Amino acid sequence: MSDKGLPATFENPGLPPHIHRAADDDPRAAKRAERQVAALFTLSIIGTLGFIVSYFAVPNDTTVFIPFIGKTILLNILLGVTLAVSLLGIGFGAVHWAKTLMSDEEVIEERHPIASSDEDRAKAVGILNAGAEQAQLKRRPILKATGATAMGLFALPLGVQLAGSMGNPTKALEESKETIWDVPEGGKPIRLVRDVERTPIKASDVAIGSVFHILPETIKDSKHVLADKAKAAVLLMRLHPSSFANDSLGEKAKSWGYEGIVAYSKICTHVGCPVGLYEQQTHHLLCPCHQSTFDVTRDCNVIFGPAKRALPQLKITVDDEGYLVAPQGFAEPVGPSYWERKK
Amino acid sequence: MSTAASARAADLRAGDAKAAPLGAPKTAAGKVAVWADERTGIAKGASVMLKKVFPDHWSFMLGEVAMYSMIICLLTGVFLTFWFVPSMGEVAYQGSYLPLKGITMSEAYSSTLAISFDVRGGLLIRQIHHWAALMFVVSLSVHMFRVFFTGAFRKPREINWVIGTILSMLALIEGFAGYSLPDDLLSGTGIRAAEGFMRSIPIVGSWVSYIVFGGAFPGEAIIPRLYSVHILLLPAILVGLFAAHLILVMVHKHTQYPGPGRTENNVVGFPLMPVYTAKAGGFFFLVFGLLTLISALVTINPIWAYGPYDPSPVTAGSQPDWYMGFADGALRLLPGALEFEIFGFTLSLNVFLGAILLIPVMYTITGAYPFIERWVTGDNREHHLLDRPRNAPTRTALGVAAITAYIILFLAAGNDIMAIRLQMSINDITEALRVLFFVAPVLAFWVTKRICLSLQRHDRDTVLHGRESGTLVRTAEGKYYEVHEDLDPYTRWKLVSFESPAPIAIGSGKDANGVSSKAAKKERRRAKLSRFYFKDRVEPVTPAELAAAHHHGEHEAIEAPSAAPQAVKRAKQD
Repeated sequence: MSDKGLPATFENPGLPPHIHRAADDDPRAAKRAERQVAALFTLSIIGTLGFIVSYFAVPNDTTVFIPFIGKTILLNILLGVTLAVSLLGIGFGAVHWAKTLMSDEEVIEERHPIASSDEDRAKAVGILNAGAEQAQLKRRPILKATGATAMGLFALPLGVQLAGSMGNPTKALEESKETIWDVPEGGKPIRLVRDVERTPIKASDVAIGSVFHILPETIKDSKHVLADKAKAAVLLMRLHPSSFANDSLGEKAKSWGYEGIVAYSKICTHVGCPVGLYEQQTHHLLCPCHQSTFDVTRDCNVIFGPAKRALPQLKITVDDEGYLVAPQGFAEPVGPSYWERKK
Repeated sequence: MSTAASARAADLRAGDAKAAPLGAPKTAAGKVAVWADERTGIAKGASVMLKKVFPDHWSFMLGEVAMYSMIICLLTGVFLTFWFVPSMGEVAYQGSYLPLKGITMSEAYSSTLAISFDVRGGLLIRQIHHWAALMFVVSLSVHMFRVFFTGAFRKPREINWVIGTILSMLALIEGFAGYSLPDDLLSGTGIRAAEGFMRSIPIVGSWVSYIVFGGAFPGEAIIPRLYSVHILLLPAILVGLFAAHLILVMVHKHTQYPGPGRTENNVVGFPLMPVYTAKAGGFFFLVFGLLTLISALVTINPIWAYGPYDPSPVTAGSQPDWYMGFADGALRLLPGALEFEIFGFTLSLNVFLGAILLIPVMYTITGAYPFIERWVTGDNREHHLLDRPRNAPTRTALGVAAITAYIILFLAAGNDIMAIRLQMSINDITEALRVLFFVAPVLAFWVTKRICLSLQRHDRDTVLHGRESGTLVRTAEGKYYEVHEDLDPYTRWKLVSFESPAPIAIGSGKDANGVSSKAAKKERRRAKLSRFYFKDRVEPVTPAELAAAHHHGEHEAIEAPSAAPQAVKRAKQD
């Protein structure tokens, strides 16, 4: 209390007086609300019937043009709109009923502390202790020890079964280094073929400024096409030899290529998306997933974005018939970084 | 049947009838109810439940939207399982969508096309499922914002906050798993990236990837496995946690906003029967109806336009569903310089931080917040009255700062789209967002806190000087003043009924004997945090202050604070 006899804080004035709604006092307003609710429920019934009629009467492939939406499948629109009417009719009807006709006088419910009373706690502890006593937990520590250990371990076999049988991780390290570009000792160089058409490609087919999506010819024998493709996809570009940077990176890129034609792994060194966007003017390769940018004139080193490493280059040359071939696989693992990449 | 036997049967029935207070039920519903009650005793629980009072506020519907969206996902998801084939086995497409005729694709993709084009109404169900999933994550997030900014997570509701946090995190993973199932080019590229994420985990990354994918990416295991996770494992956990969440809401009784008649010891609102049954039940139909309408009119995830997954092609503007945007954005912002070589091993922090650590760290901080705040305030009381966000300026500012950081990451996921639309350099946008990620939250914190304090001061002004009535009065001497109307006690109560704790005094970090001790240092840290929280504060108006303001205003008789509710007209000369 302050000097003036005023309390230190205001007092809660309690619930304000209830203000009646139109439907509380006026029977005509109440009747009107009743009619509105009934109309909404009726609308729902019509929607339901409309759905059933549409389902059986409208063909699957009829398309229709709807402003702002475009050409679309009529059946989907009809089923969706009728179902929506059916559901919204019930929803709006029920809420309108609650808001206009059901009591809107607020009710007060008392709260009680969440915590149990001391007696209840004591009782629960008592029961637990008595139970432990009856089970002779304290007198027989060996039961406690072995029981707890058994409980602690029983899930282990299930975990081992699950983790052990999901996949064979021991192959992860060697397979991460292999691609189907790898040429066995004394084997023939592998021809480059166009992705999709799978036709071999001559150096003379590659004009300056053009870009080709490339796979190894060996893809035709692949037993796991997607898995092999996921590591072997290559992007082939031809630059004017003078476009390459005048440094060791540019020289290396050129020397691993053929007359300005260079081939790089298409699998981003960031998280493995295909680096599919080649900008001819700047000789930049851009990954559409996270925008890592690689400079083809400098051996596809990263010039921007979240990737750290350059795209691995595939050494290429031509065979007797003038077709582009890769005499050896990639010199380093392709794709995203991983812990043992350098091992 | 003998007479004696039937007499005995009649006796038994008579005895039963005596036990039932209402007598034999007459209606069919009554008979069913009695049948059920005799076997379950449901009437006892029902009478408590049906009387349960729920306070009314629009923001309390956000959690309801999340709940209903989840139910709609479960419902439509069951439908989809009847036609979806979770297999990566290859087939040549023979369905009715002509542009893909004869193309080799997985059964998963082919069956998703069948659901979209050949199953009558299948497209509608698929689109409702997807839209409801998006709605689930949106409403769940906004519901969390509501709970955070009103302090509804405080004792005794910390457990429910943690459950909600886990639900929210699982919802993201559930969404990602479902989004990946159709095995189209876009989602397949997402899985491709996910494999890269796993590889970035230090030491075990390559093994994790090989275990999850059952061999080299993509293999043939990932879709069936994600299917099992998406339709069985995660839904079971989600439904279990959600049930626990609801039970705790029942046990705690719902929080309520401060206002006249509302106290820490009551809950003011409407009973479950009939008002909330109609409102909340009707609201389920509204949410379902709205999602259906959107699904009828707006295409979501047109997988037929993307084509089947193939590791080689990709489309520009590849993005995940919105709720994974922030993690994708983090990946775009983290510079490649964060990849290191340590003793010949590769540590790819540029990927690991954003793709693997971000989500669990973000949710751990979120889940821990109630405990941090409680430690700082040392407040061990139960709180059932919500805070108005302005009355907890530091908490509100922290929340806005966190949301700002999230938004920056989210925007970063669209750096390519922004670059194209705004004709700007993607490099500049990315660099700017990198800086903003650190700067914007600090700015947002400061601005929000100032806004909260201003609003609090404005509340004080309104209480002390009344509401501007817009009526100008000219006095006999020719002076003008605006008539201020005193607040009625109900309105005033809303503006004065809050607590504004003072910060704890900072100690020296030494105990009573002048020796620095661990406990004393901890106390000192706590005091410093308390200062951070509460050093800028606005206190609620007291009755004495109001009386003084009235006195200062030189007007008619001053009303006692708890005086009659009618508004007292009062003029304040300015």
